[in-house]
Amino acid sequence: MLILELYVFVLAAFVGYMVITKVPPLLHTPLMSATNAISGISLVGSMVAAGSRHGSLATALGFIAVVCATTNIVGGFLITDRMLKMFRAKDSHAAPAKKG
Amino acid sequence: MRDQITEFSYLAASVLFILGLKSLTHPDRARRGMQQAAVGMLLAVCGTLLKHSIIDYRWIFIGLVLGVLIGYPLGMWVPTTALPQRIAASLSFGALASTLVGISEYHAVYHGGEGTIAPARMAALGFEVLLGALTVTGALMAFGKLQELLPSRPITYRGQNLVNIALFGVGVVLLVTCIASPASAWAFYSMIGVAAIVGVLMVIPIGGADMPVVVALLNSYCGLAASATGFALGNSILIICGALDGASGFLLSILMSKAMNRSFANVLFGAFGGTQPAAASGGGTALPVRAISAEDAAIQLAYAQRVIIIPGYGMAVAQAQHTVRELAELIERRGGEVKYAIHPVAGRMPGHMNVLLAEANVPYDRLYDMDEINGEFPQTDVALVIGANDVVNPAAREDPSSPIYGMPILDADKAKHVIVLKRGMAAGFAGIENVLFHAPATSMLFGDAKSSLTKLVSEVKSA
Repeated sequence: MLILELYVFVLAAFVGYMVITKVPPLLHTPLMSATNAISGISLVGSMVAAGSRHGSLATALGFIAVVCATTNIVGGFLITDRMLKMFRAKDSHAAPAKKG
Repeated sequence: MRDQITEFSYLAASVLFILGLKSLTHPDRARRGMQQAAVGMLLAVCGTLLKHSIIDYRWIFIGLVLGVLIGYPLGMWVPTTALPQRIAASLSFGALASTLVGISEYHAVYHGGEGTIAPARMAALGFEVLLGALTVTGALMAFGKLQELLPSRPITYRGQNLVNIALFGVGVVLLVTCIASPASAWAFYSMIGVAAIVGVLMVIPIGGADMPVVVALLNSYCGLAASATGFALGNSILIICGALDGASGFLLSILMSKAMNRSFANVLFGAFGGTQPAAASGGGTALPVRAISAEDAAIQLAYAQRVIIIPGYGMAVAQAQHTVRELAELIERRGGEVKYAIHPVAGRMPGHMNVLLAEANVPYDRLYDMDEINGEFPQTDVALVIGANDVVNPAAREDPSSPIYGMPILDADKAKHVIVLKRGMAAGFAGIENVLFHAPATSMLFGDAKSSLTKLVSEVKSA
């Protein structure tokens, strides 16, 4: 079981590395907020902790975790979208000089 | 059946996340891709609601609603100038979620009387709370520095590194204790405490200019903590997303350190410029400086054929990006060509300048990376440096005794004329004298970046 999980981790890290090396410096800030939103997936674990009735402390901690993770997901995706909306190539004053 | 639906939603979400990140390789496709990733997130959350282990939905829904209520303003209303601290804060939230899930897990087993935790799972839990707690406090400190609640100069004391390393060692020993005997709750909880203290002490000695590396590094830790949560819960999507986040943060911190010609260790333990600022700024005042009036600077710009603008943190502080764009448009209307040269570590986070300029409607194909534009400086009539300092210091190329020697810089000094917008003659963040400011081709336009630019705009208009 553990070895399977290690496979998943190593391969995912590898894919992540390959994909992210291709992200231009232009978009490094959106990249950070995007990965931040995506890592809000810990909500999945938080929901289980908040809803499993393992005593009131476990529920309370799970609840706070749900709030934190949801905040990150909602805020993260919204701010990423807001930023990406701002990146435009169109130039109204001069002919756009396309770069590779 | 229900479990299969859950697993399938996770698989779909993972694919959408990876495609979303892949879309970030091009600005035109990025928005669409990230919206698909958000759909993936929704799928994963809905899939989780079907899980058998969830019995009680009340707190989950209250938490979700509360999270949306807090997240919406953080996403929509935070100004772009506050982005670095916004990202630091969200790293802290993310790590807090991982840490709390870890504690909740541990507590449920040892106080709910469900037997014991196997060593492998305990190791995962241990890493989760160790990295989590460290990131929570570390990111909070970074937030405090970026928001200027804390002094952004490095805070140092003698024997600092020894204390940090010793504390980190204690943390590791406690982790090993936990794995060896998972039932020893004291070790588990004191490990969290030690990690939280290490987080604070690790970030305190790091100066504001080094923040891009720290933010990227904390991003990586936050991802690894999420991944460890996945190992502890046996949940693949957490492992995958954590790995993606960890890889991205790791890669960014490598790129940032490279752009400063420094190793990780040097950023974390170096406390750059913390020791000599007072002495340095007092000593080197003998060199000549040529001040220029806004009128003269405007004439140079108005008749220039090729202009390269070099923005730095000073532009962000003065919130001058809109005025910069206005000036650039005026020059272009008069027939000049304007490009922007962006140093990888300009500002307080990776890509900081790009976002600010994009916000001000500067088309992204005018923004050039260091390697793309450095060859063009010799043919440039005017290099306009706005609130940047160390990233244009030729000492990094020429003076082996300089603390920033070897750092790749923008070759602004090779332009025919250089105009530097600067508040005063104080040394840069690192406390290093900048040779460029004393070069014969350089003129200094003193004053707040925004008001200087406003003056330039009106002068160029009438020129």
